[in-house]
Amino acid sequence: MSTLVERKDLIAAAAAQMGKQVYKGAEDAKNPLPRKELHQDGGKVTTLEDAIKQTGLKDGMTISFHHHFRGGDKVVNMVVAKLAEMGFKNLHLAASSLSDVHEPLIEHIKNGVVTKISTSGLRGKLANEISHGLMEEPVTFRSHGGRGSAIATGDMHIDVAFLGASSCDPMGNACGYSRSENAKSICGSLGYALPDAQYADKVVILTDDLVAYPNTPNSISERNVDHVVVVDSVGDSSKISSGAIRDTKNPRDILLAKQAAKVIINSGYFKEGFSIQTGSGGASLAAVKYIRQSMIDQSIKASFALGGITAHMVKMHEEGLIERLIDVQSFDKVAAESLKCDPMHKEVSANEYASADEPGSATHCLDMVILSALEVDVNFNVNVLVGSDGIIRGAIGGHPDTAADSALSIIVCPLLRGRIPCVVDEVTTLITPGSTVDVVVTEYGIAVNPSRPDLKERLVKAGLPIVEIASLRDKAQSIIGHPAALPFGDKVVGVVMNRDGSVMDVIKNIKG
Amino acid sequence: MEIKNAVAGTLESGDIQVMIAPSESKGLHIDLESSVAFQFGEQIKKVITETLTGLGIEDAQVKASDKGALDCTIRARVTAAAVRATGKDVWK
Amino acid sequence: MFVPGNNPAMMQDAFIYGPDSIMLDLEDSVTMAEKDAARLLVHHALKTIDYGNTEMVVRINPLNTPYGKKDVEAVIKAGVHVIRMPKTETADEIRELEAEIEKVETELGCLGRTQIMAAIESTLGVINAYDIATASKRMMGIALGAEDYSANLKTQRTPEGMELLLARQTIVVAARAAGIDALDTVYSNLNDMETFRKEVELIKSLGFDGKSIINPRQIEVVNEVFAPKEKEIQKSLTILAAIKEAEKRGSGVIAVNGKMVDRPVVIRAQRTIDLAIASGILTKEDIA
Repeated sequence: MSTLVERKDLIAAAAAQMGKQVYKGAEDAKNPLPRKELHQDGGKVTTLEDAIKQTGLKDGMTISFHHHFRGGDKVVNMVVAKLAEMGFKNLHLAASSLSDVHEPLIEHIKNGVVTKISTSGLRGKLANEISHGLMEEPVTFRSHGGRGSAIATGDMHIDVAFLGASSCDPMGNACGYSRSENAKSICGSLGYALPDAQYADKVVILTDDLVAYPNTPNSISERNVDHVVVVDSVGDSSKISSGAIRDTKNPRDILLAKQAAKVIINSGYFKEGFSIQTGSGGASLAAVKYIRQSMIDQSIKASFALGGITAHMVKMHEEGLIERLIDVQSFDKVAAESLKCDPMHKEVSANEYASADEPGSATHCLDMVILSALEVDVNFNVNVLVGSDGIIRGAIGGHPDTAADSALSIIVCPLLRGRIPCVVDEVTTLITPGSTVDVVVTEYGIAVNPSRPDLKERLVKAGLPIVEIASLRDKAQSIIGHPAALPFGDKVVGVVMNRDGSVMDVIKNIKG
Repeated sequence: MEIKNAVAGTLESGDIQVMIAPSESKGLHIDLESSVAFQFGEQIKKVITETLTGLGIEDAQVKASDKGALDCTIRARVTAAAVRATGKDVWK
Repeated sequence: MFVPGNNPAMMQDAFIYGPDSIMLDLEDSVTMAEKDAARLLVHHALKTIDYGNTEMVVRINPLNTPYGKKDVEAVIKAGVHVIRMPKTETADEIRELEAEIEKVETELGCLGRTQIMAAIESTLGVINAYDIATASKRMMGIALGAEDYSANLKTQRTPEGMELLLARQTIVVAARAAGIDALDTVYSNLNDMETFRKEVELIKSLGFDGKSIINPRQIEVVNEVFAPKEKEIQKSLTILAAIKEAEKRGSGVIAVNGKMVDRPVVIRAQRTIDLAIASGILTKEDIA
C-alpha cells in the first residue's frame, strides 16, 4: 500500500530536488457559470477606447493596420479618429497598404496625430497631398515581402496592431471570414496581418461578428491577441472587387493577356507541376484565362498558384488544373469564399509569401509571375508606385519580391496610356530592378532582357514578335513626342526600401 | 477675321475639346487644362498656336480641355473649332 | 475593321490588333453636326499616324449629300488607299466618284493612286453588282451592307442568313467575274461569338475574300476560320515549288508526285499561301 500521505516525504524530496513548491490545493472555488457566459464579457472583449488605454499606447509609438478590405477598409479611419479624439500625437502609422479611402488621414497629418507613415502604396488625394510635400518626414515604402521581413527582424517594431477581422471569438481567434449567421463582411486571407499579430507588442482585433469560442479554423490565434473590440463594420466587402469573375472587355487588355499567355506557353517553364502568380491589373489577371486552354490541350497541371488569388484561379483549381492555392490576399469574394471552404486553398503570412530571408517563402518556389507596370525603362527597371506626372498613385505590392524570386518574370503593360508613355528612358522611381525582370509584353512587341538569351531564342522560335526594348521606347516617342521634364522640388517625400532592407530610391516632392 | 463662339471635340480619353471665342485684346489667349499638363502642356499650346496662326487667326480666347490627345488630334479639333468660329472652310 | 471617324482613341489604337484593313467611317457612325470635325480628324490621322502595312480605307458620305465631295478631297489629300462608296446602286455613281477622285488627284499630281470599294446595300445594287464591279479600273472590291439591304428587301437578318444568300452569291460571282475582291457585311452582336463564327464559315465557303468587323475581338475568329490548315499549306508550298522548278527548266508541264497539275490548282495553291500569310501562319520570309 502506498497512500498520498505515505508519499508525502517523497513528494517533498522530489520538489526540493527540482527546486519547486509542493502543491497546496486550488485557491479559488470553481466558477459554476456556463463558459459561454463566463467569457462573453470577460477579459479581452472591450471598447475601442478602453482597449487603446489598456495597450499602453503612447505618443510617438508605432501602430499598424492591414489592407485586406482594400477600398472598403473602415478600420484605419475609425481607429485614427479615436486616437485623435483621445489626444494622441506623433504616431507612426505602419499599414500594409493605404488607398483612396484613407483620405481623412490628411487632417490627422495636419493636426500632428500622424507624423510618419510606412506602407506599400498610396493612392488618391492622400497620395497627391503627400507628393506635394504634406509631411515633414518621408513616407517609407516597402514591398509586402520586405514589410514582413522588417517586422520579423525588428527593423520596423510595431507597438500596437489594430487588425480588422470578419469574425473573432472572445478569446481572440480571428478570421477574414465568418461561419456564423451574423456574418457582415468577408475579406478572405489575413496574410498581411499575420506578421503584425505575431510580432506586435499588443494586438487589438476589431470585428463586426463576435462569434462563440472556438472560432476554428482560425487564422490569427488567441495567443497573439490582447483585446477584442466589436464594431458595426470593419469593411465593405463589395469593394475588394466584384463577386463574379470579371472578364476584361478592353480589347487592348485582351491583346496583352493573349500575348503574355503565348510567352508563358513557349517559355520553357510551361510543364507539368509548374507554379504561377498574377499581379493585379486587367491584362495580367486575364492572362491566366488564356493559358487555361493550353493546359487542357497539353494535359498540364499547375502545382500551385500564388499571391493575390482571383476567381479565375479558383475556377481552374476546382477544374483540377491547379492543385493548390496559396493565398496572401484574396482579390475577390469568390477567392475569399474558397479560402473559407477549401482546405487546398491555404492562407499564408506576408513572410511565408515573399520574405527574402525566409528560405521557405513561397516566392522562392515560384516558376513564373505576370505583373503590370506604370513604367518600364530601357534597362528593364520597373516603376509601379509613382505616376509619370511625379505623383504617387500605386503600390509596390509583391512586385519586386516575385520578380526577384521567380524563374520567369513577365511585365505586361501597354506602350501608351493615352499620351503617357510606359516604356521610357528611365523610370520615374525605381521599384523593381531590371536585373530581376525577364520579359516585357506590349501591344507593339515583346522585349526580352538581354540576360536571358535562352528565353529569347525560345520565344523567337515560337514566332512571337520579339523586339529590342529601346525600339519600344522609340516607337512611343514617335507617336506622342518628347515629354517635358517634371517639376520636382528638393524635398524628399518618400523613401523606397529594397526587400533586403537597403534604401533603393527616394521620391521628391512635385511642384505645381 | 470675325470670330463667333465655337467648340469642337469631346471630353473622351484621347480627345481634346477646344472652345474658341472673340478676344477683347490682341493675341491668342490659351487656357489649357490637361491630364498630361506637366509633360505636354507647352507642346499642346504650341500646336494650338501654330494651327490657329496657320488659319489666319491672330486674336482669340481659346479654352482647351485635353484628355491626352495626340498632336494630330489637337490639330484636327482646333481646325474644326476655327472653321466653325469663322465660317471659312478648309475644303473647297 | 470599321472604326468610327470621330473617335480619336479608337483611330489611334486600331492598328495594334493587326486587321488587314482599317476602314475609318465618316458616314453612319458620325452625326450630321460632327461631319466637319470627323473629316478633319480622319484627314489628320491618316496623314500622321503610322499604320504600317495596313490597308487604309475611308467610308465617305454619298456624293449627293453636302459632305461627300469634301470627304473625297480631304482623304485623298491625306493619302488614303481606298475610298469606300456607301449605298452604291449603279455604275454611274462609281463613275461620278471616279471623276471626283481624278479632279483631286490631278491637282495633287498623283493620278491613279486611289482605289474604290463599293458597298452594295440595296436590291437595285445587287441587281447591278457586275456593272458596279466593272465600272472603273480603280475598283478593288465590292462589299455587302446587309442592314440596309435587308430593310430594303422588307425582311430582317437571321442567324442563319438565308435572306442574304442571293445577295452574297451575286456579289461573289460579280467580284470574281470582274477580278476584284468580295467582302461580307458586319456582324454586330459582340457577345455571340459562336453565331459569328458560323457566319464567317458560311461566307468563306461561299467564296468571299474577307469579312467586315466592328471590334478587334472579332479578328481572331476571322483569322482562324480563314486560316488554311497545315496539310493544305504544305501541299500548296510543294505545288508552288514545283512551278518554280518547271519555270527554271523552261517546261510548261508541271507534275507533283507524278500527277499533272492544272492551272486552277496552281491558283488555289497561291491563294492558300496568301491566306496563310494574311492569317499570320506564314511570313513572307518563309516562302522566299
